[in-house]
Amino acid sequence: MSKPPVFALIDCNSFYASCERVFRPDLAKVPIVVLSNNDGCVIARSYDAKPFVKMGEPYFQIKQKLNQHGIVAFSSNYALYGDMSERVMSLIESLVPGVEVYSIDEAFADLTGIDGLDELGRRIRSQVLRCTGIPVGVGIAGTKTLAKLANHTAKRLQAQTGGVVNICDPFKRDWVLRNTAVSEVWGVGRRMSAHFEGMGIKTAMDLAKTDPWTLRKKFSVVVEKTARELAGTPCLELDEPNPPKQEICCSRMFGKRLQELPPIKEAVATYMMRASEKLRAQGSVCKKLRVSIRTGMFNPDEAKYANGVIVDLPYPTDDVRLLTKAAVDALDRVFRPGFNYSKAEVLLLNLCQRGEYTDDLFAAAQPAEATRVMAVLDQINERWGRGTLRAASVPVNPDWGMRREMMSQSFTTRLDQLWKVSCN
Amino acid sequence: MSYSIIGPVAEGGLKVPLCLFHVPAGFPSPAADHIEAHISLDEVLNIRAPHVYLVSITGESMQGAGIFEGDLAIVDRSIEPAHGHIVVALLNNDPVCKRLCIRGKDVILLSENPKYPPRYVLEGDELSIWGVITGSVRSHV
Repeated sequence: MSKPPVFALIDCNSFYASCERVFRPDLAKVPIVVLSNNDGCVIARSYDAKPFVKMGEPYFQIKQKLNQHGIVAFSSNYALYGDMSERVMSLIESLVPGVEVYSIDEAFADLTGIDGLDELGRRIRSQVLRCTGIPVGVGIAGTKTLAKLANHTAKRLQAQTGGVVNICDPFKRDWVLRNTAVSEVWGVGRRMSAHFEGMGIKTAMDLAKTDPWTLRKKFSVVVEKTARELAGTPCLELDEPNPPKQEICCSRMFGKRLQELPPIKEAVATYMMRASEKLRAQGSVCKKLRVSIRTGMFNPDEAKYANGVIVDLPYPTDDVRLLTKAAVDALDRVFRPGFNYSKAEVLLLNLCQRGEYTDDLFAAAQPAEATRVMAVLDQINERWGRGTLRAASVPVNPDWGMRREMMSQSFTTRLDQLWKVSCN
Repeated sequence: MSYSIIGPVAEGGLKVPLCLFHVPAGFPSPAADHIEAHISLDEVLNIRAPHVYLVSITGESMQGAGIFEGDLAIVDRSIEPAHGHIVVALLNNDPVCKRLCIRGKDVILLSENPKYPPRYVLEGDELSIWGVITGSVRSHV
């Protein structure tokens, strides 16, 4: 008989704040918040900042509160978080048979057939902490949904559990199910827990005991699976590496409102540069693209406008020059003067793998030279850094660029910004 | 090219991890069949390992160990620090590079420059070892 499956969910504690602390030991006991792009609102908090600051609070509204409680704010430093995430994930990969990286700070692992699960959980935790300085919690159980729940318990009862909770044992599992609100179950949102409340489902245990068929009829097959997984029947497997994306998107808020067309064109050319890099990295070409622009949507004093264009390209392409021209020309058709624009987005559509589409005998195709030029472009930028070679319409330091006034150094990814260690 | 205006667009798109593939291009070389693996300083110094970090050195106290101002030091966080290692220590939260000396109950951070006296770690001090320095790189221009 094959062994019953065992999953672990490994989750970094307050990941962004923990990354900021790795190279700032002086902040080990100082509460930290991390802000969204353009320093808009709070997207991450260290444990000691949580009692004072809510997720999503706008930075400009809470400056005084931060000062009062001695909370330090950082702009998001994705170069640092991305590098630390890669380190954490490769350390986990070296310790377990199979990993699914679920997000920048979470991974599922397959621990089926391993003896000494608690000990392995503790080893993962101590290795990652020692080698990266990032604390993680480990939840171990017979299904992914239960592993997520075990992890939640490890976080909630950090002191008692040492950050590792194994609920493969049915008694422990039932204790956790009884003592966890249904709103904390993976995939159960606020609206659904309100629904559940009405049905008398309050704890995770209540959901585990609800008839799966009723749930399927009333909600969806996803909810049914959640309940089955809580009851101990695995329905979800470790996901395979992602197949190539069917759409590629690059969208960002401008660092300030833009009124004129030329800087918006620069921004769209910049986003297209990035989108086309992603396109070529996965070996795809695209036949359509969409460009959209909009004003801010929340300020009651500003006139609102949003519009988009779809462009059919003459042939499936990955040539940034053609894509940029198409996107920038498309802007002429939707730009209206007199608005304060806040955001642009480019989306590459109808992707297919190079060589997998049927050539139209009479239609033009991307010239072979263009493909070679793109390959050289990517090589140069890989070797010398993103943006070394770029379309002339892409500025180096645009004044509409992202606002990141409180960003920490790129401690691990820029030679000129390495951590300084003193021999004095 | 054909353009069709579609009106307001909702937020969309998925996040794609940052990564670039190596795309082969260029001209075939007669040496291509004879190339062995390239020598890689990344491998020699093991700086791609998830537990290895580069830091930049300031100050002169470790000159005797061949570590000078402006050098890059390679720090391994997976090694258990022991007596005799050159380490990045956090002494009261300040990152310093010293030789770790453990004598009975005493922990001493030694410099390798006669101008700098040994620093005994005292009761009120907070000390932790951030990582062990396994090598350093200096530029001679």
